[in-house]
Amino acid sequence: MSATTSIAVPRLPGADDLPPGHGVHEHRSRRRDRRTFWALAAPGLLGLAVTYLLPLLYMVRMAFNRGKPDGFIEQTFTLDTLIKPLTDSYYWKVTLDTFLMGLVVAAICVVISYPLALFLTRSTSRYKSLLIALAIAPLLTSAVVRTYGWMVILGGAGLVNSTLMHLGLVTVPLRLTNNMTGVVIGLVEIFMPYAILVMMSGFGRLDPRLEEAAASLGARPRAVFARITLPLTLPALLSAFLLIFVLSISSFITTNLLGGGAVHVLATEIYDQATGLLNWPFAAALSVILLVLFGVVIAIYQTVTRRLRLDA
Amino acid sequence: MTTPPNRFRRRVPVSAVALRVLVALLYVFLLAPLVIIVVISFSSNQYLSFPPTGFSLRWYAELPAETTFIQGMQTTLITASITTLIVLLIGVPASIALARYEVPGRGAISAFFLSPLLVPSVVLALGLVLTLGPLGLTNTYQGIVIGHVSITLPYVIRTTLMSLTTADTSSEEAARVLGANGWAVFRLITLPIIRPGVIAGGIVAFVVSFDEAVISLFVAESGKPTLPVQILRYVADSADAAVAALSVVLILFSVVIVVLVERVMGLRRTLI
Repeated sequence: MSATTSIAVPRLPGADDLPPGHGVHEHRSRRRDRRTFWALAAPGLLGLAVTYLLPLLYMVRMAFNRGKPDGFIEQTFTLDTLIKPLTDSYYWKVTLDTFLMGLVVAAICVVISYPLALFLTRSTSRYKSLLIALAIAPLLTSAVVRTYGWMVILGGAGLVNSTLMHLGLVTVPLRLTNNMTGVVIGLVEIFMPYAILVMMSGFGRLDPRLEEAAASLGARPRAVFARITLPLTLPALLSAFLLIFVLSISSFITTNLLGGGAVHVLATEIYDQATGLLNWPFAAALSVILLVLFGVVIAIYQTVTRRLRLDA
Repeated sequence: MTTPPNRFRRRVPVSAVALRVLVALLYVFLLAPLVIIVVISFSSNQYLSFPPTGFSLRWYAELPAETTFIQGMQTTLITASITTLIVLLIGVPASIALARYEVPGRGAISAFFLSPLLVPSVVLALGLVLTLGPLGLTNTYQGIVIGHVSITLPYVIRTTLMSLTTADTSSEEAARVLGANGWAVFRLITLPIIRPGVIAGGIVAFVVSFDEAVISLFVAESGKPTLPVQILRYVADSADAAVAALSVVLILFSVVIVVLVERVMGLRRTLI
């Protein structure tokens, strides 16, 4: 702050018709600015503190309590509850499954959203804005409703199995729901609009003239893609990947409904512990693990993007 | 010399057609769950079968008689409206502060305002139920509203900030120089400039609260189930056709919202 003013002031003498003693005025007005800032921001900050920060802190504190078998909570300060899932191979598997599910969903989602986002960015069609709206509008429909749609499509008597059996391709319905396959299909579709949005906003760096120049200089389409298009769109691809990964490992509705009790990830375990078994300290401990997983992934992402930027 | 252009000309249409086919398939995949719900909502059989053996409007006719759904709709509309009002009242001033006043740590404050979008909703929902439980606020309208404030506020702040930062500040300064006080500048200059952003943010906040299911499930499942929670519970038991008509009502509601947002500010700018 002080650095910018010390540069700006000597550069602009006489640019504005400043009254004498301007420095004092400016100082006072900056102090008033600061007061106005806090007055305007205070309600929002207070609102977030009460409805968001406080519950999260209280949740973290709960992870240091101990849940007793009778459902009561022992108010204490212990690491036992946090350590318990780390010593239990079941929760290692749940955490690993959560992580793998996030990777698979993010990878598929990014790969299939990429051509669509490229197409929409380059499109000169008269229906371009309609096509964009159609691709991202599902974001504004309820995830519960879309998951229900996938249950209808993938279920034992659903669209896919009815069609396959009608055609005589299978005799026994494929198991596409109540397992990880269904969850991955549902999550990929539900997060596609996010991936498309993030990619399209990142594709602004992609100047079509660069691709045209490369092509006119004799580069084959594949070379144009590998040497121009892909490197320029890679940062947006990575952002989309991170976002979808983060959304997947915290998704609950789709994993719960399409998993049908057979898919155990951190989000579903947190729900079961909190509402089924009423073991709040343990649910809180699992939440802390999920948050740590989040932090690790975001840290990795930042290292990767920083390295990419250094290379460029 | 003549072969390369020929080969080039032949290759482009093929790949262009392939891309179009691929794009069309991706659209089918993307819109499949919504389309299929609309189809089975007109089916006459309760249990799923493809293709449906007959079509009827019976599920739509039965909707008004389902008192639980009507109550769910009422709860959802009340809480989403109050949430929207609150986040607009606290979010718009905060956006103005972030866009117009320079203070140390402004970046961190801005990140804090947007951070609820990154926290897993299951984790936030657990924190909320732990905090609201002892206060007796679970299964109340207030509890649902408190739960939805933090996840809807970022949308209002983002769209309002976007209107504020893309707008020209010179007219605000001119008004101030000419002697207008802060409130007059806001009412006569700033508000008209940011109106699209505020309206778009409000609409998105409303629809996010309207569609939210995880926090509502944790905070108010037994006492004040919202519509998405009711559908969630129903669908968890059986994915038959009975709840499809209700889902179509929600889809139509979303379509109206999409058209509104697209008109006011542009869907893409609002959501990113």
